[in-house]
Amino acid sequence: MNARTGIGASLLRKEDLRFVTGRGNYVADIQRPGMAIGVFVRSPHAHARLLSIDTTAAKAMPGVVGIYTGADLDADGVGGLPCAWPVTGKGNTPSKEPVHPALARGKVRHVGDPVAFVVADTMVQAKNAAEAVVVEYEPLPAVVGVLDALKPGATAVFDDIPDNVCVDWEVGDAAATDAAFAKAAHVARLSLVNNRLVGNPMEPRAAVAEHDPSRGSHTLWTTSQFPHIVKLLMGNFVLHLPQHKIRVVSPDVGGGFGVKQFHYAEEAVVTWAAKKALRPVKWVCERSEGFLSDAHGRDHVTEAELALDERGKFLGLRVRTIANMGGYLSTFGPNIPTNLYGLLLAGVYTTPAIYCEVKAVFTNTLPVDAYRGAGRPEATFVLERIVDVAASEMGIDKAEIRRRNMIPPDAYPYKTPVMMEYDSGDPGGCLDRALAAIDWTGFGKRRAESASRGKLRGIGLTTYIEACGLAPSRIATRLGARGGLFESATVRVHPTGDVTVLMGTHSHGQGHETTCSQIVSERLGIPPENIEVVFGDTDRVQFGLGTYGSRSAAVGGSALAKATDKVIVKGRKIAAHMLEASEEDVTFADGRFSVAGTDLSKTFQDVALMAHYPVDYPLEILEPGLEEQAFYDPVNFTFPCGAHIAEVEIDPETGVVSLVDYVAVDDVGTVINPMIVDGQIVGGIVQGVGQALFEDCVYDESSGQLLSGSFMDYCLPRADQFPQITVQTHVTPCTHNALGVKGCGEVGTIASPATVINAVVDALAHLGVNHVDMPASPNRVWRIINDAGFGQTAK
Amino acid sequence: MQIRFQLNGKPVTVDVPPHELLSELLRDRLGLTGTHVGCDTSQCGACVVHVDGRSVKSCTTLAAALEGATVTSIEGLADGAALHPMQQAFHEKHGLQCGFCTPGMIMSSVEFAKNNPDPTPEAVRHWLEGNFCRCTGYQNIVSSVQAGAAAMHAQRKGA
Ligand code: FES
Ligand code: FES
Repeated sequence: MNARTGIGASLLRKEDLRFVTGRGNYVADIQRPGMAIGVFVRSPHAHARLLSIDTTAAKAMPGVVGIYTGADLDADGVGGLPCAWPVTGKGNTPSKEPVHPALARGKVRHVGDPVAFVVADTMVQAKNAAEAVVVEYEPLPAVVGVLDALKPGATAVFDDIPDNVCVDWEVGDAAATDAAFAKAAHVARLSLVNNRLVGNPMEPRAAVAEHDPSRGSHTLWTTSQFPHIVKLLMGNFVLHLPQHKIRVVSPDVGGGFGVKQFHYAEEAVVTWAAKKALRPVKWVCERSEGFLSDAHGRDHVTEAELALDERGKFLGLRVRTIANMGGYLSTFGPNIPTNLYGLLLAGVYTTPAIYCEVKAVFTNTLPVDAYRGAGRPEATFVLERIVDVAASEMGIDKAEIRRRNMIPPDAYPYKTPVMMEYDSGDPGGCLDRALAAIDWTGFGKRRAESASRGKLRGIGLTTYIEACGLAPSRIATRLGARGGLFESATVRVHPTGDVTVLMGTHSHGQGHETTCSQIVSERLGIPPENIEVVFGDTDRVQFGLGTYGSRSAAVGGSALAKATDKVIVKGRKIAAHMLEASEEDVTFADGRFSVAGTDLSKTFQDVALMAHYPVDYPLEILEPGLEEQAFYDPVNFTFPCGAHIAEVEIDPETGVVSLVDYVAVDDVGTVINPMIVDGQIVGGIVQGVGQALFEDCVYDESSGQLLSGSFMDYCLPRADQFPQITVQTHVTPCTHNALGVKGCGEVGTIASPATVINAVVDALAHLGVNHVDMPASPNRVWRIINDAGFGQTAK
Repeated sequence: MQIRFQLNGKPVTVDVPPHELLSELLRDRLGLTGTHVGCDTSQCGACVVHVDGRSVKSCTTLAAALEGATVTSIEGLADGAALHPMQQAFHEKHGLQCGFCTPGMIMSSVEFAKNNPDPTPEAVRHWLEGNFCRCTGYQNIVSSVQAGAAAMHAQRKGA
């Protein structure tokens, strides 16, 4: 059975049936008796003083149940939205945490900042009433770009933070890095922008809340990747509700990508309003509203320098980054461009000295937080771009320079100069396989063939490592996290031997119902169809930290393996009694407890029944029942790594970049379900290519208006923009968790932007181009080609 | 105004306000929440249903225009407990992750496959331009549609 359904099997997904038949249960699908509809009134200004809000006329409109503002929240003692992961900067200075009110107070700080919440019987009535809310603003100059935010005399987003700096952070050894540069034979330099993105899961965010005054209880259904954390942050810090009176449910969630792993204002306001209105209240975000209210991603401006010796060995790396935090701190804001960025700058290389400084700054834009990869794509982009620049300048083959600097396989565990200790990995093995799969040496022929059609062909390579499996609590709390990052799992064995698994992680596309079943099936020897996997409901699952940072298999799966093993331990005790053998003599394999050296055995089902019907049971020494919970706190991050190679073709007449081939070889540790891992990696690659070629979140620099506020202007990747992508896995198991898994959710977005831009730059290198900012849109590429005087002479 | 139409094989008579969209009628009033709404600019295709056998975006179709029409939503595609070949293909080829785009993808693909028994990947990709998926990177959707098209035509021949 295990070969077909256990670890390593491409078991078809258990969750599919409800989705292909339209029976998924997403938050927007939920209807409650007497439910009212809520609509937010949002600021049209990037920065303005909020002078007054007049709701008199709106309140008199038909169907209006209530209209609420920040003053109403204040009157009820509602707190601001907390930051869960602040960091400490230079000179031990903590990151600044200005109050982030759930509905704006005093000032609005970005377009879309919510100022009022209108609840009415129907959506149409709520929208009409929202139109009638009169808000008087005194517009203020807006600061949009991170460089502008740091200029002397720049507008201050917060009056008490005149320099707009949230934190000035550093990692690494500045003196050692200076010394490395002093002895360098060559220094490569690069300035780059990591473009701002909007995550855009296909399901817009939504929330439904209701209050039962007879029990004093609150239920919130929300599109969240971590319902327990919403319960904790909202209950404890924002609404001050007792934890045992709150239930948060994240039912089917239509993609997250980090966008849904923050505690959002709307969740708290909807929950609070349901109590005020004494009606269930529903809010469903529209897509264009999502552009103005979902936390955004990336948005860095960086200068990097790489010092090399005459043979192209890396001696030192210096990186200075300015990162946008937006108009308020989102839940994990300051952690993303610091810990999840600077600590990854060693990459897969032996660079002995690294120093990185990051200034995180406030601007009048949406808050910026984690988006698939979160900090690690930015780090990989810096590193893999500057390695290519150095290789070009020194005339070294791009694969060769990487090999020359790569951490050798026998050097693991490897301590980097930026705090990480990589437990395992074989990026060199990944590289060899990727080079072979794409036929690296045959590229010249393909380039010539493209040239014969008037196209410029380029090839780009990236070798990367990332840290995921978030996170070891001991390390994370030292880095500023205000909570543990362990995971919990419960294995509930029914009297029949069927199993319900309760997970603290959350699946919103990752297929946990299948992979968690495989973990249990493998260990207990029961078929996956006898296993039900439950998550996303704080009343059913005791606790959990949710899903982000590719943690579900590495941390959640490890908790599940541990809980399952506890069940086996107790099962052996029961079986030993039933078989009149000593516990040490009882073994468990393929769903059967056996006495070694005899043909005596009991099935898992026999033991489960005995645990619930203890007619022959050691009740004096053993409790009846068979259910075990385990908490698992990892000792380290996990470190997936790999090599990606892309080929692009550029039409010099139009500047259109076409991705024509893509190969990824990833070491994500042990693979539980190859089909699902392949799907995760391909999906991630396409999202990352989206950043490299299409997607760009653009604000008007002077007004702070969002110019890319819908799918009309924000270019989401489409099916016809991609070739067949080749994904292979190259396994070195993680050394510190029971399953050997590392995580696969983010490797695609981490590696592919750098890979594709390296290919684009390669295609244009003969024009003297050494960098192209993202997205490499037709407009940008056409300009570069024409500035090089190539447009007219192309052939 | 009152309209009458066939929905998933059954006659329906409803009063619809003139501004009501088919997506709203299906989701909010008829309880058929398998049809999803993923955008407000008629671009994502999460809302695709069939009207008289053609795939349409229900978020930009007025319910009032449906008098006498035959409408199929994702809930009406399977034949009882037996999945439609395209649904089965999405399952077998791992053509879905979060499932949010899936109903629209499948409805759109069914219309395409009717006229394309053996489509190339390029043809599938071109057809699906109006259906966004943020999870899968489209690759397995393309395989699903190819397999689903083949299965639909095999089934038709067999019948
Ligand atoms: S909801 Fe996006 S196209 Fe209809
Ligand atoms: S499966 Fe999630 S959007 Fe397509």
